Amino acid sequence: MIDLSNVSKTFTLHNQGSTVIDVLGNVSLHVAPGECVALTGASGAGKSTLMRMIYGNYMAQAGSIRVGGVDLVQAEPRDIIRIRLEVLGYVSQFLRVVPRVPTVDVVAEPLRAVGVSGDAAQQRARDFLAQLNIPERLWSLSPTTFSGGEQQRVNIARGFAHPYPAMLLDEPTASLDALNREIVLSMIEGAKTRGAAIVGIFHDDAARARVCDREIDVSRFTPARVA
Amino acid sequence: MTPLLSVQDITKRYGAQIGCADVSFDLYPGEVMGIVGESGSGKSTLLNCMAGHLVPDAGKVVFDTRGHGPRDTVTMSEPERRMLSRTDWAFVHQHARDGLRMGVSAGGNVGERLMAVGARHYGEIRGMAVDWLDRVEIAACRVDDRPTTFSGGMQQRLQIARNLVTGPRLVFMDEPTGGLDVSVQARLLDLLRGLVRDMGLSAIIVTHDLAVVRLLADRLMVMKDGHVVEAGLTDRVLDDPQHAYTQLLVSSVLQV
Repeated sequence: MIDLSNVSKTFTLHNQGSTVIDVLGNVSLHVAPGECVALTGASGAGKSTLMRMIYGNYMAQAGSIRVGGVDLVQAEPRDIIRIRLEVLGYVSQFLRVVPRVPTVDVVAEPLRAVGVSGDAAQQRARDFLAQLNIPERLWSLSPTTFSGGEQQRVNIARGFAHPYPAMLLDEPTASLDALNREIVLSMIEGAKTRGAAIVGIFHDDAARARVCDREIDVSRFTPARVA
Repeated sequence: MTPLLSVQDITKRYGAQIGCADVSFDLYPGEVMGIVGESGSGKSTLLNCMAGHLVPDAGKVVFDTRGHGPRDTVTMSEPERRMLSRTDWAFVHQHARDGLRMGVSAGGNVGERLMAVGARHYGEIRGMAVDWLDRVEIAACRVDDRPTTFSGGMQQRLQIARNLVTGPRLVFMDEPTGGLDVSVQARLLDLLRGLVRDMGLSAIIVTHDLAVVRLLADRLMVMKDGHVVEAGLTDRVLDDPQHAYTQLLVSSVLQV
């Protein structure tokens, strides 16, 4: 479902003395449906960079990244957008929303985008918000003023509302209490059961051990530094 | 799939000065593209060449017309182009007063566009005008008021209603949120996003506001000195800019 082959990533900082930073080289990774792979490695090793490349958010300098049969390295913007709408979900650490949009619409939006009717999308959004213990009195408010944990749960509800066949999870349990952490972990297990291919970053060791089938230490892709 | 708009090697000079040079891209149905760059980068020149307000010195602007398939709008006759701009295109100006008739009521501003494409029944025109004022959050009781009595944000929403009432397929926007308060901007962006999604519109938005394109545009084109220096998926260009100028542009945004 998610296939990376010989992917490399370099940042060139043109306005800072044209510094070139080689972050990743020769990354090959295959994630099958129903499998959850954890990216590990020290801070700065390139876990988030790799995840952002799989989402098409960062440009790979070489290699191919195939998700749902489309090579995101070569694809046109509209093809990447279609893959994101239909195939590839992304739960980031941060919630980025249009100001003033009610929480329930934020969660329903990915469903609306794949053609679910307004009422059905709203109903599914409410189900997920309830499941994640977001108080009902907050549903009609914009999530921009919510607490960190609440925002994260809104983000998770939004990321899980549509049953994507491939998912990227960036620290999905980071700021959650024990009860909500348990709910999110069982949602991840549910996604695996229905056949989703998942790549995740988990700083929570117990969570990682529970939901992940394999670990990939990203630092092994760090290009050799010339001293 | 046939592109809705295919821009091919558009060049426009002002004497020795380059307006925009060798710009090419395809826009597909339902796509929203942003064009960013500092003032003088050629983004408005390009927009006006595409919308038929300026005649480019070279290049083609091929639009997939309803009746006759792809046609070059640069070389088509003036009446044909004028008809397209009434039926299939819309142009949202930065200053609402450039796109509105200030001496005519709000309802008249919306109704005029309908009459331009052949609507004649007064009751139906008024009904549609009221419906559109409602969609852009202007109270029905203001239908007979002139836009001069409206706030800047209301005028901009009225301009959008006037432009979208005829069901265009392509909307050109020149700094649609420029000059508005931040709170009014947010409301307008939310409105535009909803309309684009619900009507399946294609749009080209010229702005210098990177936050606006992040919210509205699927793709982004960055212009400098009349040339396109970088183009791609909006969040890719903004989060991982490749060109020196784009890196400068993105890193110059003040954090709130």
